[in-house]
Amino acid sequence: MALSQEEIQRYSRHLIMPEVGVEGQEKLKAAKVLLVGTGGLGAPMALYLTAAGVGTIGLVDFDVVDFSNLQRQVIHGTKDVGKPKIDSAIESMNDINPFVKVIRHEVALRSDNALDIIKDYDIVADGTDNFPTRYLVNDACVLLKKPNAYGSIFRFEGQATVFAYPGGPCYRCLYPEPPPPGLVPSCAEGGVLGILPGIVGLVQATEVVKLILGKGDPLVGRLMLYDALGMKFRELKLRRNPECPACGDHPTVTKLIDYEQFCGIPAAPPPQPTGGAPAMGEIDAKGLKAKIDSGDKFVLLDVREPNEFQIGRIPGSILIPLGDLPKRVNELDPNADMVVHCKMGGRSAKAIDFLKTQGFSKLTNLKGGITAWSDQVDPSVPKY
Amino acid sequence: MPKVMIPTPLRQFTDKQDSVEVAGATVSEILGALTTAYPGLKQNLYTDEGKLRSFVNVYVNDEDIRYMNKDKTPVAATDTVTIVPSIAGGR
Repeated sequence: MALSQEEIQRYSRHLIMPEVGVEGQEKLKAAKVLLVGTGGLGAPMALYLTAAGVGTIGLVDFDVVDFSNLQRQVIHGTKDVGKPKIDSAIESMNDINPFVKVIRHEVALRSDNALDIIKDYDIVADGTDNFPTRYLVNDACVLLKKPNAYGSIFRFEGQATVFAYPGGPCYRCLYPEPPPPGLVPSCAEGGVLGILPGIVGLVQATEVVKLILGKGDPLVGRLMLYDALGMKFRELKLRRNPECPACGDHPTVTKLIDYEQFCGIPAAPPPQPTGGAPAMGEIDAKGLKAKIDSGDKFVLLDVREPNEFQIGRIPGSILIPLGDLPKRVNELDPNADMVVHCKMGGRSAKAIDFLKTQGFSKLTNLKGGITAWSDQVDPSVPKY
Repeated sequence: MPKVMIPTPLRQFTDKQDSVEVAGATVSEILGALTTAYPGLKQNLYTDEGKLRSFVNVYVNDEDIRYMNKDKTPVAATDTVTIVPSIAGGR
């Protein structure tokens, strides 16, 4: 794919390097890369791969830009809040490099569309945020033999590697099964340092460029761990498992499956945190307000972290973070009537499971957590 | 004593420490001592049947114990044991 005058000028810093040169830049121009997600990891990948001159970039995203995204998703700006992420991303990419063709896939990647979307690309970069999609992307890449530049992040910590490279391991070789829902916190629950996805996303982007150029030593069979607090990069060995159900010698995953089910997520849509009637053992925010107003004697236990407590709290609550509960359980009266809450209702459910094992019996979960309290009772409590 | 590296999601169970030194000559001895010292870790590392959870990988230095002697893998006093759980965040 020959370069135009303008492209030669634009890519001159690449062209004068022997590892890229005209030949490498033409490879970049001919390459088709699919970015799954234009969030924390997808944003820096899209920006830099566009700038580098990857000829065709596909974006999969159906989300809308929110204020809470802007701390890390640098492809979107304040003016884009409320806009589809895909539109906002394409606008930035067109501005950086009009020579790049951007293909929009404004859908959720699912088992019934993943193969069809991925088949037209050479390389996939997974920047999603949930286990079902991660296993879906992995299996689709293994089935279609497309390398997958993988990255994932949590708080100050990142992981990156390349899966489904010929002869190399896949995500299922690393983790044969996903954790049960709720056991591993998401970034929405646990938080993430805004800069972290920049580092990890650009490791993924670097691997994409190296794979296209066919240069260097790809991050295959190695899991890179990055700890931003310690500023340490480590590398662990990763092997293809001959018994792997996806990429092993006798694969049993020969088509895409129901990944929600695989990850233990019920097929029916989960109840909205703020809608519907509360289930057994649950109270909704309005019910809690009525309980407080009636002068009922009960303990309101907040199991979030101290920094979340500082953002906002429900009056009268006491704070014992979920992780501290085992050693501080003796501060609580097992016979007390108790309402437990967190941000959304997940951690409080875990706290209740634990408290039950400790002989507590009068336990109620606040449905939808303090977020529902803010929505339904007191909007002056900030949502985060 | 061997050092055990604690990943971010599990530090809430180790008084926020990112590494802990515990005594033991094999992976199972070390993880046993670790979960005795920090009982909150147990449910996150092991199933109810006492099996290491399949979304938690354990490495001795840079080697995955699944490709060595599993939980009987020997650990020397100077070795580092790393717990690497699955994380999915990206947005």
